[in-house]
Amino acid sequence: MKTKSIKVNYLARVEGEGGLYIKIRNSSVVDVKLKIFEPPRFFEAFLCGRSFSEVPDITARICGICPIAYQMSAVHAIESAFGVKVDGQLRALRRLIYCGEWIESHTLHVYMLHAPDFLGYQDAIQMAKDYTSVVQRGLQLKKVGNEIISLLGGREIHPINVRVGGFYKVPSRSELTALAERLKWARDAALETVRWVASMPFPEFEQDYLFVALSHPEEYPFNEGRILSNRGLDIAADDYESSFTEEHVEYSNALHSILKQQAPYFVGPLARYNLNFDRLSPLTQDAARDIGLAPVCRNPFKSIIIRSLEVLYACDEALRIIAQYEPPESPVVDFHIHAASGCACTEAPRGILYHRYRIDQAGIIRDAKIVPPTSQNQKIIEQDLSHFVPKFLTLPDKELGWRCEQAVRNYDPCISCATHFLKLEIDRG
Amino acid sequence: MSHSSKVLVIGIGNAYRHDDAAGLVVARRLRDQALSYGEVHEQTGEGTALMDLWKGTERVVVVDAVQSGAVPGTIHCFHASETPLPAPIFRDSTHAFGLVEAVELSRALKQLPSNLLIYGIEGSNFQAGSGLSSAVLDAVDELARRLQQEIQKM
Repeated sequence: MKTKSIKVNYLARVEGEGGLYIKIRNSSVVDVKLKIFEPPRFFEAFLCGRSFSEVPDITARICGICPIAYQMSAVHAIESAFGVKVDGQLRALRRLIYCGEWIESHTLHVYMLHAPDFLGYQDAIQMAKDYTSVVQRGLQLKKVGNEIISLLGGREIHPINVRVGGFYKVPSRSELTALAERLKWARDAALETVRWVASMPFPEFEQDYLFVALSHPEEYPFNEGRILSNRGLDIAADDYESSFTEEHVEYSNALHSILKQQAPYFVGPLARYNLNFDRLSPLTQDAARDIGLAPVCRNPFKSIIIRSLEVLYACDEALRIIAQYEPPESPVVDFHIHAASGCACTEAPRGILYHRYRIDQAGIIRDAKIVPPTSQNQKIIEQDLSHFVPKFLTLPDKELGWRCEQAVRNYDPCISCATHFLKLEIDRG
Repeated sequence: MSHSSKVLVIGIGNAYRHDDAAGLVVARRLRDQALSYGEVHEQTGEGTALMDLWKGTERVVVVDAVQSGAVPGTIHCFHASETPLPAPIFRDSTHAFGLVEAVELSRALKQLPSNLLIYGIEGSNFQAGSGLSSAVLDAVDELARRLQQEIQKM
């Protein structure tokens, strides 16, 4: 029996702080643990006692990469409690700001974090020496996403313009028209991105996953839809907690989510794509066909292609929204504050993000629950590694570690959302 | 002094992680003094935003909290335009693509400001919560005073 123990330091290019432990005995993987060791962030606890109106701004602080997702799930959950329906142009603007977040979050991951894995570079800095114009294109594309968020959210990071019932201020037509010119460039750049990533080498690795995503009859999901799986689940967000459960595991500060009576499940771009391919824009569907990507994809490494397709879709959808935009009469719809509970799920870049709030008659939060996408994907990441690592056991530790990092990054885990560096430890006994 | 010749001052940090906010507090001090020779920005440390901010700019000062094991309140100074930053001492923000990566990617893309000074203030408490520890607060006061002079000389 080989007796060697290796520690690979911080797993870079993943959001937040965590660790990955892989135990190998007699050429078999016997244990994989994704360990998250930053203390829980207690956001749910410190929301209690705060006004409902503060929730979108407080929850936006959970993540610097996907604040819009937190704001959107928060406002939809509170609106559900108060019985508010935000429709028309205000609803369209919420889709538009979400387009901005998908563009900036996915583009950062595709170009800066994941592409170097496929092209054999240690990081984007090394890659930039050989791929200067490509990296510059990525930076510019990401910037367009940030520009949407700045315009609609008031600022790029921790935006402050989203409120329960709508926005504090809505943009003029001319402000959006100026964005449209940038978005036309971005849509072309996104199409080039799709072709670029599709040409990368992909490991042969497919799994029979249980995919879970929102689904809406008329549109690719951002803010609204039922929660569907590829194995028959079809529920409203109200039934989330009766269908899914969170487990505490000793080695992690982030709770693991599983679907009751079934199995660990997969959320994020791959799940969304597989359950909603026909609701992508014609341009995006054509781009997928042109690169030979089927409407169902079970290779998690190809998530980089699907993220790129979603960036293309987000640019296309943003242009559609801008073309039909007429400023609404009011930036916010009226509502009545009363004691109530409400929940909502929206599609964060990394997958479904569930929020639930109980609010008292004065509008004070009395109870809050937040289930981020990364905690839902933790078990699937562990499963992937336990199936993936055996194929590469003969590799030297350094290369094996690199392969594992690439596999974890398929999920773009945002561990700071789930609680916070990922350290990689391979234990060969 | 024309707008374009102003020194760009960037304070980086997280206001809800105690000493991690040191860079932000220095930036606010300098902003309060309404520098005529500098333009002050506060940032979370997200790398691409930093690259965007300093692209096309010649003189930049960045202040961030660091964790090197030195005595809390120690002020470190790095000439990033000349030599790479000692990556491990800079706190990883919640973003994996942070200040160190932004400096090196800018260098690779030949977009690094010709004069980029990075000050690191040694912190001790990076737990969740607000307020600087006393040694860090003293360092913030001292660095804000020093920068008023040094920025004019850049």
